[in-house]
Formats: sequence, C-alpha cells, structure tokens
Amino acid sequence: MAVDETKTRYTIPVGPIHPALKEPIRLDLSIDGEEIVDVDVVVGQVHRGIEWLGMNRNNPIQNIYLAERVCGICNICHPFAYVMAVEQAMGITPPERAEYIRVIIAEMERIHSHLLWAGVAAHEIGFDSVFYFVWRVREEIMDLIEYVTGNRVTKAMFQIGGVRRDITEEQFPRIRQSLDYYKSLFDQLKTLFLDDRTIRMRTKNVGVLKTEDALKLLAVGPTGRASGVPKDVRQDQPYGGYADLDIKAITPDMLTGTVVGDVYDRIIVRLLEVKQAVEIIEQCLDEMPPGPLLFEQKAAKLLNMLTKAEGEGIGRAEAPRGEVVHYVRLEAGRETLSNWKIRAPTYVNLMSIPAILKGGQIADVPIAFASIDPCMSCTNRAIVVDSKTKNTSILSYRELHELSVEKTKRLEAEFDS
Amino acid sequence: MEMLTPQAIIDSFGKELGDGFVGGSVYEREVAVKKNKFRSLWVKVKKSAFRDAVEHICELQEYPHLAVISSADLGDRVELIYHFTLYYGNHLQELSLGLRVSLAKNDLKIPTITDIIPGALFTERETQEMMGVEVDGIPDNRRLFLPEDFPQGVYPWRTDETGPQDMLRVLPGRQKKYGSG
Repeated sequence: MAVDETKTRYTIPVGPIHPALKEPIRLDLSIDGEEIVDVDVVVGQVHRGIEWLGMNRNNPIQNIYLAERVCGICNICHPFAYVMAVEQAMGITPPERAEYIRVIIAEMERIHSHLLWAGVAAHEIGFDSVFYFVWRVREEIMDLIEYVTGNRVTKAMFQIGGVRRDITEEQFPRIRQSLDYYKSLFDQLKTLFLDDRTIRMRTKNVGVLKTEDALKLLAVGPTGRASGVPKDVRQDQPYGGYADLDIKAITPDMLTGTVVGDVYDRIIVRLLEVKQAVEIIEQCLDEMPPGPLLFEQKAAKLLNMLTKAEGEGIGRAEAPRGEVVHYVRLEAGRETLSNWKIRAPTYVNLMSIPAILKGGQIADVPIAFASIDPCMSCTNRAIVVDSKTKNTSILSYRELHELSVEKTKRLEAEFDS
Repeated sequence: MEMLTPQAIIDSFGKELGDGFVGGSVYEREVAVKKNKFRSLWVKVKKSAFRDAVEHICELQEYPHLAVISSADLGDRVELIYHFTLYYGNHLQELSLGLRVSLAKNDLKIPTITDIIPGALFTERETQEMMGVEVDGIPDNRRLFLPEDFPQGVYPWRTDETGPQDMLRVLPGRQKKYGSG
C-alpha cells in the first residue's frame, strides 16, 4: 500500500435508516484525519415495493392514496404527478378550477417543507434557538393546511381528473391572513439566516457542488438551482395552474450576484422560494376561475373508464426537494396499472452527495448532507472502523452532532478573539 | 442553443439514425386557463442504434436531464423507456422525451450510458437488479435497493417465472394469486 504508514485511514458508515423516505441511506465515509477522502452511498434499507403494490394489489384510484404515502412531507407532489400521468394516459383534462386548487396546496406544502428544513439545518449546526423559532413559525402554515384540507399531513385532496375539495371565497380571508403573516416575517427570516455570523461561518464554502457536477449528476430542485442550474418544472414545462403564471427558477445569483453552490446558496434558494410560494398562492386566489372540481363525479364510473382506457403518460411535478416523475401505463381490460415508475428527487440528488462531501470535514457532514434535504436524521448511528487494526467503535448520532456543535463554538471563539 | 420543434426533433432522429429509428410521436395538451401547450415526445429506436440515439440527444442539449429508466415485462420482450427532459431552463420550452428500446428476453443486454451521462448510474443499477437487464460496462455492478441476501435470479418487476411470486405471502383462506411485475 502506498499510504503513508504514519497516517491511519478510517471508514465510517453513517446511517442507515430513516423510515419516512423511500430511499433511506447509509454513507460510508473514508476519512483521513478530519478530511473526507471518499464517500459511498448505500440505499434501499426499507424499500417498500410501492410500485409493485400499485401494479398488483390496488386499482388506479386507490393508488392515489398509496402515492400520497410515498413520502410524509411531499404528500402533495406525488399524487399530483401520479394523477397527471394517469390523466395523460386516459386522455382527459381536469377542470380549470381544480388546476388552481392543486397549485395552491402544492405551494402550501413547499412553505411548510422549506421551513421544516430550515429548522433542521439550524439544529444540525447547534443553533437550537433558531430551530425552535422556525418550527414555531411553521405552525401557522400547518394550521392553514388543516383549515383548507381538513388534515395536517396526508391531505387526500387529489382525484383523477380534479380535486376532491373546493377552496371557497369564504376561506380566502383566512388564507390571506396567513400569507400576510409570512410576508411580515420574511425580512426577519432573511436577516436570521443570511446575515447571522454563525450561520455564515458554518455554511459558506461548505458542501460545494459545482455547476458542471450538478449538470452531470442530474441534480434537481434547490440542490441543482443553488449550483446555478435554472431547472424548475413549474417554469420549464408548467403543469396545472402554473402554466398561467410567469414563474422563474430561483438561483442564488438573484440575491448575491454569484453562484457558489455551497450550503449558504441552498439556504438562499429555499428562503426565496418561500417568498415565491406566498406570491403564487396570492396570484392563484386572485385569478381563480369558477367551475366544477371534477372531470367525473362518480368514482365507480371513473374506475370503469380507467379499466377500459389504454395508453401511457408521464407526470412531472416540482416538489420542495426537486422534480417528481411518475410514469404510468394503462392496459385495456386490466384493473390495475400495467406499469408504474416513480422517480423521487432524492433518488438523483443522492448521486451528488460524494461530490458535496469529498474534501470536507466530518463535523460538516450533518449540515452538508442535510443541505440537499434528504429527509435527514438518517445519521443516527455511525461505526468507526480502523482499517489497519479492524477495531470498531460506534459514534452515536449524538456524538456526531456534538462534533458539529463544537465546531460552531470553536469558530465563534476564534472569531471573538 | 437552437431549439427545435417537437416534430423537427423526431425528424432529426430519423435522419441521424437511419434504419435504427423505428418511430416517434408527439403528445400535446392545453393546460389551465391560458391554454399553454404541454408537450411530450416518444421515440422508439432499435437496440443497435440506442447509444447513437443518446449521443444525438446530447447534441440537442449539452446536458440533457435523464429522469429515470422505466421498464415493462411484455411477455417475450422487455421494454425500457429512458425518460429524458430537454430544453430546461426556458419558460414553457421544456419537452419530455421518452426514448424507447425493446429487448428480446433471450438477449437482455443494454450498453451503459454512464460514460455520456454519469448520473444514469443509480437508475441503471436499479434496472439491472429489478428487471434482470444486464447493463454492459456499468462502472458499479452492485445492487442498489435490494438487500444482499435477496436470492439471485429473482427479479421483482418480471411477470414470468423469474418474478417474485414464490416469495409472496398468501393470507389464510386466500388462493395463491400470480401477480405481475
């Protein structure tokens, strides 16, 4: 071995399981001292076979609720992409009002998801007062979601060819009240996340993903946009009510003038997207067309049409984490789908993880990994293996977290002295 | 970058691939109030022309986005669809492109495209383990989602004898039902 005898290289597996995600993950980090030299991503620990269920057990309408349970946080965009794929396969178009309602709830989901992420990110660097504050602020949108859909988490709003519940004129003032609340908070959140000394120290030039790497590794969503890839389905191939709005993909140079592709840039993108989401909802409320909510009222009749239909379709929706793609094929005379393929955004974003972590420090793993928003907390247990002596020691999530917190404190002390 | 119309893209495939091009179609639909167009393309090519087709897509846009590979067991054949998106970054201009290639069951092999698009690795690994399509020249041959103790030669997405039927639990009082995929 050409490795310097005085150096010891370790392999640290970090992970593996977080049950909320279709692809929970383990990271095998090869480290040299504090520096990460190589990363391997291992996924699939709780693969649930959802596509298989959709092709064998459930009928296409039952699949909407299955799609909703692909992810606990993105439970709007999965059924959104799924129903669009089925609508394309059947050759039907949902009513205009339904298209707008779909957009409103999808944007509400974006606000809650980005705020949730902001809290987690603050926690990862040991800034817990910000974590408490952001999650307190997030309660407002959760209450609003409950007010509009009747539930905080799984909303069951979608139906093939429309939506199941209306958003009425009487509800508008309550919705606008929440939107005004977030607008009044925006400057405070911006100062908190972008001007704070500690956050800048821990996120600037950390976990950098270069534009070229992002393009080659197919990064999507805020991860790709923070690296300067202006890819956003809502802009590029708008679906539903987005097609009427003039949406622009948000990249960090809109605020700072440059693209670095670090964790700080990912914060900028998500922060500006919360503002954008508020504006989109307001615009949808202003321009909401009247009309029916469903292409076909009776579920039994719809199911009959689905059984007879033949065709294929692709549905793409911009989830808070990036693009969700559903491919569906219907076969005449068959009660279930004949093919269903789901592509969640983390599926492609995980390929960027080695590029993001390489060259960084172990103490930066929690924040750099969390910055792609992969439904974090996979990092619950880590085993340290000495490759020479085969000695194994276990780093708990808490110890890894403490490493991160210590680094924040050290940097602050250095700054003060 | 010059952006072609959907029909021009299909024509360009015919010109570029010659005999390797089997056919193509354009799907178009109007969306919401302003009736803007939502378009997707389907292109079918022969296996021998598959790599050329992917290279041609890279000529249309330098870094095309490969969303995922979907695969279907159609009895004596397996059909793979490579779902690309082209012209992203431009308002209303993006197109979904499904590149379709059909493989005979007795020769389930497809060349890798990770040298052209490095990010294709995960979905190629998934297709390999789930559908039993061998990807020639794949840089990382390990399984992706299936656990290491999953039996060899069983492919969860297949409907034939290599499918997962024997692994399914039959509930008390139920008949054994052969599923697909």
